[in-house]
Amino acid sequence: MKKRPLDWAWFHRLGSPKWFYGFSGRCLPWLCGTTVLLLAIGVVWGLLFAPPDYQQGHSFRIIYIHVPAAMLAQSAYVLMAVAGVVGLVWKMKIADVLLQCAAPVGATMTALALATGAIWGKPTWGSWWVWDARLTSMLILLFLYLGVIALGSAIGNRDSAAKARAVLAIVGVINIPIIKYSVEWWNTLHQGATFTLTEKPAMPAEMWLPLLFTGLGFYAFFGLVLLLRMRLELLKREARSRWVQDEVAALLARGARQ
Amino acid sequence: MMFASWSEFFAMGHHGLYVWSAYGLCALVLGVNVLGPWRARRRYLQAEARRWRQENRP
Repeated sequence: MKKRPLDWAWFHRLGSPKWFYGFSGRCLPWLCGTTVLLLAIGVVWGLLFAPPDYQQGHSFRIIYIHVPAAMLAQSAYVLMAVAGVVGLVWKMKIADVLLQCAAPVGATMTALALATGAIWGKPTWGSWWVWDARLTSMLILLFLYLGVIALGSAIGNRDSAAKARAVLAIVGVINIPIIKYSVEWWNTLHQGATFTLTEKPAMPAEMWLPLLFTGLGFYAFFGLVLLLRMRLELLKREARSRWVQDEVAALLARGARQ
Repeated sequence: MMFASWSEFFAMGHHGLYVWSAYGLCALVLGVNVLGPWRARRRYLQAEARRWRQENRP
């Protein structure tokens, strides 16, 4: 049997800014529609139709934004670490664009998870904030995000900034398993995971199904705003190349006509 | 539907302030994440248009 060489063409295409710009442009309307649909279904279902919690009453409805924000905050950081490895090992430029653009989105999601958690904590635990393992490790995640942003903007040279960002993203990823297992390793007020791969959720389906919708909606939203940021960053970084000059000229011509 | 009336819906069983401030904050964060890149792109294209006009001044 003849062995077929692994086809890496897609990987190299993905690394080409021009191809990425065109492809992401075609994805945007689909991502936008998916995001709006998923979030609308999840939020309406979660706020209006999910049954109230037997202990917490209606305050538990905060779960439909708190858990997706927290999940996304952690996933985005893992994505940044992966992009950091790809950027360092294969010197792929687009990996650094992704790392730079994901950081502000991830930071706001971490802040949202912390804020909605505090708001939820007040009626549930009787306190806005406790120095608890889960909460503290999430706060560290916020500082890691801010560190990645600050480090990148403090270094003028683009290659050095990319390297520094990548290293911090990779080192900081150690915090992610700490966040995940914090509720098991330490005594904590925070409840355990809502979704696990091995067990059925402890809540009834009409409670966790809306969460699935808002969760997927947050991921689609992340994809959408990440692409928006990356496309602008690509136009700026590749400003000297022919395709960007053509694209900017086309965009300006379209703007002038309107 | 878990609520008998709109006022009951907004009250959220005495937890209205918590639920609505959390959802309001969420809307704000999502909005900022969309508006930020959108405005940055507009600023960039405006700067490019200015540059283009200066370079091609008759």
